[in-house]
Amino acid sequence: MDKTRLLPQLSVTILEEQTGLTLLEVCQACAVRAEAIVELVDEGVVAPLGREPHCWRFTGLHVRRATVALRLQRDLGLNLAGAALALELLDEVEVLRQRLHALGDS
Amino acid sequence: MEFKDYYTLMGLARDASQGEIKRAYRQLARKYHPDVSKDPDAESRFKELGEAYAVLKDLEKRAAYDALGSGWKAGQDFRPPPGGNGSFEFSGGGEGDDGNADFSDFFASLYGRRSGHSQTAGGAYHARGQDHHAQVSIDLEDAYRGATRAISLQTPEVDEHGRVHLRRHTLKVVIPRGVRAGQHIRLAGQGMPGMGKGPPGDLYLEVAFHLHPHYRVEQRDVYFDLPIAPWEAALGATLAIPTPDGQVDLKIPAGAVAGRKLRLKGRGIPGATPGDFYVVLQIALPPADSESARDFYAGMAAQFPSFDPRPSAGH
Repeated sequence: MDKTRLLPQLSVTILEEQTGLTLLEVCQACAVRAEAIVELVDEGVVAPLGREPHCWRFTGLHVRRATVALRLQRDLGLNLAGAALALELLDEVEVLRQRLHALGDS
Repeated sequence: MEFKDYYTLMGLARDASQGEIKRAYRQLARKYHPDVSKDPDAESRFKELGEAYAVLKDLEKRAAYDALGSGWKAGQDFRPPPGGNGSFEFSGGGEGDDGNADFSDFFASLYGRRSGHSQTAGGAYHARGQDHHAQVSIDLEDAYRGATRAISLQTPEVDEHGRVHLRRHTLKVVIPRGVRAGQHIRLAGQGMPGMGKGPPGDLYLEVAFHLHPHYRVEQRDVYFDLPIAPWEAALGATLAIPTPDGQVDLKIPAGAVAGRKLRLKGRGIPGATPGDFYVVLQIALPPADSESARDFYAGMAAQFPSFDPRPSAGH
């Protein structure tokens, strides 16, 4: 009766919980060249483990953050510093929202 | 199909200058960018805006749009002008013009659909396909146990004439145990097909929880409001609590007050660091709807003459 039973089960990963990603894997996930990711690291938008680019290890959350930074640059015509500032302000808004929410609860 | 009023969408007059169009776009894009806005409609607004701007910023496309005349109203049934498929020919390209497969049928009827990359002569062009993004809504219980979901998606596909059609197809996806709202499930290779020998992109499913009648979720913690009787609050009790994981016996300490949170450690959303389950106490009062009940409350008042429910109110 149910056609979907015949479909193969696809294996999945949760992006945010991935760890130990290399620069190449992050470039593929964000569909950009390595230079774009190196710039994001230089600007402090994402902070991978490891000293040199070839030893960098990223997490899924870094990928999320990099994706948003790249989208903000592309869609809003921001430069890198502007996107970095927007991300920090968005983080701050999120923390404040959660605090406001917690206050409303009690 | 529905006519789209690109000028009204952007809050512009029909004689707006190119500068005004750019300024309006930048302003609205900041307001409705899905990464910035919390508006539930932000994504569709932003998409519409991108479509309107793609037409109005381009002098050729704008002239063709203006040639339809000003008699159209948004939402009105629109039939494209005669003249074959794709209607208008365009030089195309331009900065930031990466594909319009997402645009409306109205847009496609005027300007045709093109995939992001133009074919180079000789066909030796390879590129990885774009990632595809979609949403999946699951029950909280699915995050506790894991689940399998059939997900129906529309993917643009290029036919032999180079035109793009939307094809509906179904994927069977494992929802991993411990997934939380706002996280992204990645399915490698299930995005847009690649060009030439390029590999396909990935599919990302953003997870959201259906609203639950009893539970609230914050990150990995789950909250449950538990009404108790005044005597259970005063004297303590052991009650069976329904968690998404099954029933758990919870000891309510004597002298519990409303709003108190009791924590069931590790009974939140499972994972390497599992969340906690919080029972938030509420005290339910029996109604004073009979003579004897009213007598009982009056007797209680007499019994606690020095009880002050508002000690800090300073009256």
